[in-house]
Amino acid sequence: MNEKNSTEINREPGKISRRTFLERVLIILGGLISAMVGVPLAGFIFKPLFKALPPVWRSVGVVDAFKDGETVAVTFLQASPLPWAGVTSKTAAWLRRESAENFTAFSISCTHLGCPVRWRPEAQLFMCPCHGGVYYKDGSVAAGPPPRPLERYPVRVQDGQVEILVGL
Amino acid sequence: MFKRMLLKIYQWLEDRTGLFGVIGQMARHPVPPGARWWYVFGSATLCAFLIQVASGIALALYYIPSADEAYVTLQSITHDTAFGGFVRALHYYGASAMVLMVGAHMAQVFLHGSYKFPREMNWLTGVLLLGFTLVMGFTGQILRWDQNAVWTAAVAAKQAARAPFIGPWLSTLILSGPTVGGSTLSRIFVVHVFLIPGLVFVFVGLHLMLVLRHGISEPPHPGRKVNPKTYRKQYEVSLKKEGVPFWPDAAWRDMVFAAAMVLGIVILSLVFGPPELGHPPDPSLIDANPRPDWYLMWYFAVLALLPHGLESLFMVFAPLLAGGLIILIPFISNHGERSPSRRPWAVAFVIMVVVMIGAFWWAGVKSDWSPNFDVAPLSDDVVGAKSGPVFGGARLFYLRGCLNCHMIQGYGGRRGPDLTEIGDKLSANQMILRISNGASNMPAYGSSLKPAEMDELVSFLQSRQSELRRHK
Repeated sequence: MNEKNSTEINREPGKISRRTFLERVLIILGGLISAMVGVPLAGFIFKPLFKALPPVWRSVGVVDAFKDGETVAVTFLQASPLPWAGVTSKTAAWLRRESAENFTAFSISCTHLGCPVRWRPEAQLFMCPCHGGVYYKDGSVAAGPPPRPLERYPVRVQDGQVEILVGL
Repeated sequence: MFKRMLLKIYQWLEDRTGLFGVIGQMARHPVPPGARWWYVFGSATLCAFLIQVASGIALALYYIPSADEAYVTLQSITHDTAFGGFVRALHYYGASAMVLMVGAHMAQVFLHGSYKFPREMNWLTGVLLLGFTLVMGFTGQILRWDQNAVWTAAVAAKQAARAPFIGPWLSTLILSGPTVGGSTLSRIFVVHVFLIPGLVFVFVGLHLMLVLRHGISEPPHPGRKVNPKTYRKQYEVSLKKEGVPFWPDAAWRDMVFAAAMVLGIVILSLVFGPPELGHPPDPSLIDANPRPDWYLMWYFAVLALLPHGLESLFMVFAPLLAGGLIILIPFISNHGERSPSRRPWAVAFVIMVVVMIGAFWWAGVKSDWSPNFDVAPLSDDVVGAKSGPVFGGARLFYLRGCLNCHMIQGYGGRRGPDLTEIGDKLSANQMILRISNGASNMPAYGSSLKPAEMDELVSFLQSRQSELRRHK
């Protein structure tokens, strides 16, 4: 008769054996060790990614630099670039001056799959190089697979500067 | 004297570790005879993976996974470091070989019915390894960290964002933030260099352990069906009767094929070199045209050719459905015929998948749906006029972006119909209607063209006639 069987036979009904108890202690301790290390590790890995950052107004140039009815590419910094981000901290938008104080800023990303759309001034169209999506000058879909108009950034004029709200 | 010393060291090591005995036993495990060249793809995949590990470690010695410096270090590896270009090319063609071999291995296992009882878990672990291989390919392309890589990451995140409920969360996870930035590269580097390779090692070990546990499947014979109740006994008896040791009786073919594959990779690396780096990874450079590497080009084409409105559903559910179906294959049917000659639907399925992927890949390479941004204005010879309404119309045809999508006598884009002979097919009024109202794949120009411009454009298009019509 082996040790396990003798333990099982000798234990009182309704009570767990010493071996079963030890097995459970082992599992609980293992879980505890994993949690003690795993929870802070998971927090370290994932928490920064989902940290809500306040949106920031970024200046993209003085008002007079933009002509009425023209759409041009403007470059600015992301909302909270990391110190080692280098050139990847930059981003861009298509800015259109509608009137003296009225500007519209379009995202450069196609709403189909996110490729950067290009502005064709003579055609007054945005065209996507990836899957052929086309948008009118107001960002509405003109042709192809995009499901929605181009996304827009809030724009304001402050102290003679055109500013775009980044990080929404 | 020296030999005796080596023998003593060997004996001591064997006594203390038992390693040589275990390895020898595994290497000489009996396998069914007659497998021949069909069975070389699995070991070739492993060989390609080992090339990736070796060349990957070498590249990691120089590569700095920082968003600011990765591009510069890759330029330096490629152009200033001894053998740098070659090692990068080795890693690139090694990845291509791994994708090809894992695909060939899977097709062979499916065609030979080797996934059937008792090897269901061999199949399952193999499918996971295929998935890991594709993730390695995709993340590897992003580690190239040029303009194309940055936009490829952005496109992947946009695609993931369409998943219901968890989409935005997945997108943030891929980019390590709301947009491509400082964290994106370092985290993708961790996935490519630590996480997935670690999983590949674990699952390759499990896969090989299962191969040893259930044995290499015998070549299929028409009429010799798999019966889960009797299969193991029959396999054991046949192995005892006619089995041969894997090493060297079967392994020599694996080695010959692997050597040929490595030679192919080396020749390609020497002749073509590594994939050229594009512009710097600056997301504000808009002039980008992101394309996946060849092994995902077919999927890029599928997304372009889907009926509009179906993309979200397809992007989320098609990979889940396809992956689920592949995993379930041995659980749907794990018994019966194994021979391809008695399983015509299995053969047809593999042919269909290969043809489909090939056709979509070719469509992706051509990308006819993309506007041609490099097109120049039509020459006077093509226009057939140097002044007047036809000449003015040709100029407008270029300026208004029509030539980006339509072709005239071999010049222009392929997204829309070829208009070389459109004057034969549509009247002036029909043209005005079409240009004014547009279509599902064509913008409406009604509000942006002046009447005089419309007249010139129609004059030009009316002049696009076949030789026959022109001479009538």
